[in-house]
Amino acid sequence: MSIDTVSQAAQTPDRAQPFAELGLKADEYQRIREILDRRPTSSELAMYSVMWSEHCSYKSSKVHLKQFGDKAPKTDKLLVGIGENAGVVDIGQGWAVTFKVESHNHPSYVEPYQGAATGVGGIVRDIISMGARPLAIMDPLRFGPADAPDTLRVLPGIVSGIGGYGNCLGLPNIGGEIIFDESYAGNPLVNALCIGAMRHDEIHLASAKGVGNLVVLYGARTGGDGIGGVSVLASETFDADSPAKRPSVQVGDPFMEKLLIEATLEVLHAGLVEGIQDLGGAGISCATSELASNGDGGMHVWLDRVLLRDATLTPEEILMSESQERMCAVVSPENIDAFMVIINKWDVEAVVIGEVTDSGRLTVDWHGERIVDVPPRTVAHEGPIYERPYARPDWQDALQADAPTPERLARPENASQLRMTLLRMLAAPNLASKAWVTDQYDRYVLGNTVLAQPADAGMIRIDEESGLGVAISTDCNGRFTKLDPYTGTQLALAESYRNVCASGAVPLAVTNCLNFGSPEDPDVMWQFAEATRGLADGCLQLGIPVTGGNVSFYNQTGSTAILPTPVVGVLGVIQNVDLRTPLAWKNDGDIIFVLGDTRDEFAGSEWANHMHKHLGGLPPMVDLERERSLGEVLVTGSREGILSAAHDVSDGGIVQVIVEMALHSGIGALITIPTDMDRFTFLFSESAGRAVVAVEPEQIERFQALCAANDLPVTQIGVVDSTAGFASQTQVVKIADMFTLTFAELFEAHTKTLPALFA
Amino acid sequence: MRIGVVTFPGSLDDRDAARAVRLAGGEAVALWHGDADLHKVDAVILPGGFSYGDYLRCGAISRFAPVMGEVVAAANGGLPVLGICNGFQILCESHLLPGALTRNEKLHFVCRDQKLRIEDNTSAWTSSYASGQEIIVPLKNGEGCFVADEKTLDELEGEGRVIARYLDVNPNGSLRDIAGIRNTRGNVVGLMPHPEHAVEQLTGPTTDGLGFFTSILTAMVNA
Repeated sequence: MSIDTVSQAAQTPDRAQPFAELGLKADEYQRIREILDRRPTSSELAMYSVMWSEHCSYKSSKVHLKQFGDKAPKTDKLLVGIGENAGVVDIGQGWAVTFKVESHNHPSYVEPYQGAATGVGGIVRDIISMGARPLAIMDPLRFGPADAPDTLRVLPGIVSGIGGYGNCLGLPNIGGEIIFDESYAGNPLVNALCIGAMRHDEIHLASAKGVGNLVVLYGARTGGDGIGGVSVLASETFDADSPAKRPSVQVGDPFMEKLLIEATLEVLHAGLVEGIQDLGGAGISCATSELASNGDGGMHVWLDRVLLRDATLTPEEILMSESQERMCAVVSPENIDAFMVIINKWDVEAVVIGEVTDSGRLTVDWHGERIVDVPPRTVAHEGPIYERPYARPDWQDALQADAPTPERLARPENASQLRMTLLRMLAAPNLASKAWVTDQYDRYVLGNTVLAQPADAGMIRIDEESGLGVAISTDCNGRFTKLDPYTGTQLALAESYRNVCASGAVPLAVTNCLNFGSPEDPDVMWQFAEATRGLADGCLQLGIPVTGGNVSFYNQTGSTAILPTPVVGVLGVIQNVDLRTPLAWKNDGDIIFVLGDTRDEFAGSEWANHMHKHLGGLPPMVDLERERSLGEVLVTGSREGILSAAHDVSDGGIVQVIVEMALHSGIGALITIPTDMDRFTFLFSESAGRAVVAVEPEQIERFQALCAANDLPVTQIGVVDSTAGFASQTQVVKIADMFTLTFAELFEAHTKTLPALFA
Repeated sequence: MRIGVVTFPGSLDDRDAARAVRLAGGEAVALWHGDADLHKVDAVILPGGFSYGDYLRCGAISRFAPVMGEVVAAANGGLPVLGICNGFQILCESHLLPGALTRNEKLHFVCRDQKLRIEDNTSAWTSSYASGQEIIVPLKNGEGCFVADEKTLDELEGEGRVIARYLDVNPNGSLRDIAGIRNTRGNVVGLMPHPEHAVEQLTGPTTDGLGFFTSILTAMVNA
């Protein structure tokens, strides 16, 4: 078997290379030749091709993502910012929290179980490589129509994959989203979020410093999974007859990941590690080039030392393999023995594959022959950057003009129509109970879960002594972003912010997972540009920085892109989790209020979507100053014990919120409709900047004063009441003098949809 | 009172079990699967999780851990042992308890707040409860369907060795709604639901689970 070495590359400058098959453009290939002043070896070509891919290099999105730094609000809470594996936020008392969300969309469509499982695995390794103990996961998911045949294939597989991996790993799953829309039918979205915590002095970074320090690869052995395009190279270079089609979806082993977490945290806490990096996309290529690029600039690797699952792998394949459950650590020679003792204690394999040098080059040898000799920055950080053309789509005006006016979409008018609409809405796949899914996830493990689905935000206790905790929520209504990507993204931010405040936590930082269609489509690129601009402006206005994120392009079927889906995650801190505000009513007789203004806003609403399959008009107005005032009332109300329950108003409107609060508490309610309000608008509008709260009668005065001090409109809309259904020995929700719904009817409508489709 | 909590590779609820022991007033002692030494503990808990990834068969590999030789010998000598979820599976694989735990009837992992009835309060781990007391604790398993042959089931029932039964919903298809059993002597108990997740109002559905941990402390004080 002949190996393409550096010296051969110098001697055979004209050998044709399959750069196009590996996804490189002709000018990108030319640039590699200029950087190296020769043609790349096949191993070098493989490394550049994966590291310069959209997924690793952010070449189409970089120019837009820059705004998150340029417009970042001033904060002293950010300990590590964008660019590292995950941002790190100071939450006080010496604790730091790191969190990040990533996409695993395409693998999950090809192989739902493994795709979703390894999505969880990858994000968890990002968190441990910062030195943090992972504490919880969440999964924002998007599927095609709930009753589409392919959804029946994809959804159960993805849910079992997330459960199968996360449950076995021992991380509670505390929230996320499950949303159905036609546009995701051929391209479901599987985003995975992980949150972890550490003491301030435990933060670790991905850098290879200290000449002579050793580079250790540990965890699972390297196999042929997840190699993707590199098999082209392997077959072209070596043996055109051999079957080179490797599975491009990785296979997860959560048990190994659990050992990897424990072993990694133990070596980190023992102070045995100088730098650390997880292996995900682009495998060893990514880990070695990023470690070297962030460190002293040089590294030498003996690639033949890598432990293999399959001895026939070529060096190119080893460099590119995306085998799961692997980590790379930089360890000083005096610590290596102690490091190995701990790794072995956890029955994990490890091998020294390289060392830090001062050469300024990343060099790789294969059985004594030099196969890679490159400046590491050119691989890891100085890839191509594109200013993709973008333009407002020519259909945007028509879409926005098609508003859901009463003339355009028939609205329910009388009590019986409103009642029927309510029951149909409660059963809509997007609004129905998601318990069939979330009951397959362990939400209890680790014993620190304070709030989990269906709460507005997941909440985790960080410090058992002081009660310090964090809350996190992810949100995005893709219909709003389709109608107006700038406003829609701010609405996603506002909802996530509001959810965190509703739980009683103070928002601190933002992460995102930007799922879009092809960046080569100017329409899509315009959506992306508007969404990032909206998010950066919104974060500046709310005073919370973006700490990191992920971009997923090419989410489309044929030339039809998905709804632009910038999932926004907001992290908040709560000083004492005992003071959290629950979603469920607490006491019979508590007074129910809605905070904020309810307007006739139905464009992009679930009502328009579910009842009329309509999407058009302008999304609800967003007022971030109002969101801040609302947040202030929710957080102060929680801290001072003024609120006994709170729930953000979003999809489905006020009536959805009332029913959820009632069903989860087991106590009914009597709802009144303000006389100046249209009944339909009051019940179903999706105006932003609102929350429903319950207040004990003796707290009303303080509550009114708190709202007044924050200039926040407040309207009394009912009372928690366990007696209204007394005659029929049941709990009921009574909507004004129009109609009464028993809990039996509400449960029937709200909880049967998903089991009927998927169980 | 020193209660050992064993960590196998892939144990997940070991920290939770230790927390429950502390909240009940005991001292939790970490035991390691590879260390064939019980460090003079007064009782042992085999916690929940996916030891060895549940590969081969739940509990089938952990059963051979060095520490298990000591646990089996001590249990046969009367040392109180509680196996929760994966720990229950390990106790069955170790033949300290009869029967086996198989894949849930509906094939899905299930996590829910489960109502149970304490059927027997004579064991070392259930004495704090009233016989017939109804409690709610989390249940979370993929392979929690208790099975045994008819003769064994009749024996368990006849000798009062079913310590807890599922009420309202049988979440995993367990025969005769069995959630937990004990050995003849009453020192070894296996339980599929997770009492260690119901020890604080803040994080659990109830604090009903504490009874398992206070039971053992009381049993030892009285011993």
